[in-house]
Amino acid sequence: MAAEPSRNAVVKFFRRYWAVISIAVAVLGVIAWAAAAPITSASRDEIFEIPKGTWARRMAGDNIEILPNEIRLTLGVRDILVLENQDDVPQIFGPTLMMPGQGLRLPFALASSYQFACTAHASGQMTILVEPFPASAWARLRWRVRELLKSAMPRRDEAAT
Amino acid sequence: MLARLLNRALVMLLPLLCLTALASAADDASLIAGVFSPPRAAPDFSLRGSDGNELQLSHYRAKVVILEFGFTSCPDVCPTTLAALARARKQLGPEGNDVQIVYITVDPERDDAERLRKYLAAFDPTFIGGTGTAEQLAAVRREYGIAATRTNSSTSYAFSHSSYTYLIDREGKLRALMPYGHTPDDYVHDVGILLKQ
Repeated sequence: MAAEPSRNAVVKFFRRYWAVISIAVAVLGVIAWAAAAPITSASRDEIFEIPKGTWARRMAGDNIEILPNEIRLTLGVRDILVLENQDDVPQIFGPTLMMPGQGLRLPFALASSYQFACTAHASGQMTILVEPFPASAWARLRWRVRELLKSAMPRRDEAAT
Repeated sequence: MLARLLNRALVMLLPLLCLTALASAADDASLIAGVFSPPRAAPDFSLRGSDGNELQLSHYRAKVVILEFGFTSCPDVCPTTLAALARARKQLGPEGNDVQIVYITVDPERDDAERLRKYLAAFDPTFIGGTGTAEQLAAVRREYGIAATRTNSSTSYAFSHSSYTYLIDREGKLRALMPYGHTPDDYVHDVGILLKQ
């Protein structure tokens, strides 16, 4: 007899908050998927471009930033940095000189923080942060959230063209 | 008549050329090292060789050249890479004769030809070193886009320098750069691809 009122209360509660409960279940489902589902990637390339006219714009006093100050890569997912120099002048990038029209496809095999000289930057320096493969649930969740945020924000080299 | 023959020859050759280009691109994609596309001619230089002769990169056309920059007092990067290269060359067997390791110093003050010769011979007597004036060596580094910064301590000095090695094909084109820390097997893999082209 006593169970009847409490059951009614539960039903009432669900009827009242069904929308909130549905959203909460959906959010938890997405979080559980993001943490559990294995990370795969169609391409391991992270592509950047130094657009034509970068040097000329800088010489004219335009303090543009083409590439981010920090590029994050993830081993086994996106661990190949591809840089295209579409500018009219050679650019120093890391340990090499890239001629106009030349591209460099640079794979990384060790998780570390790499300091690269880069003449496409006003500071002349940039950091490439190579992180280990997100093996744990927490690392996968964090990686997916960061990728989501990254895709929501326009990249500097895309915004500059 | 001649024009028709030339046209036919062109039609027959074109797919062959396309296939060759595609095969080369596919090989580049399978390199472990970082790959330049398109590759440019590796800048030539003229320095004093550790064998006492003039050292010119163009002398080694028809060989695959692995170019490294460093200094003989380097405590870690240079000996590790040179040891890996020596082992890779041995692993290549007779094909290793078509590979030339060229080591250019960033420390002309201490690294004269004789010191370079003794240092490199400890790894592999076929390795050749290059030295010159500070200006000559700086010009070579500039051509390759390489930085080397002198760091002074109270008693001595050292250099912070690029730890990458540069892979140059038989035609003298700068094809790829290998980051520090790769194994002799990785070098054998990439050099093997370049030797076959």
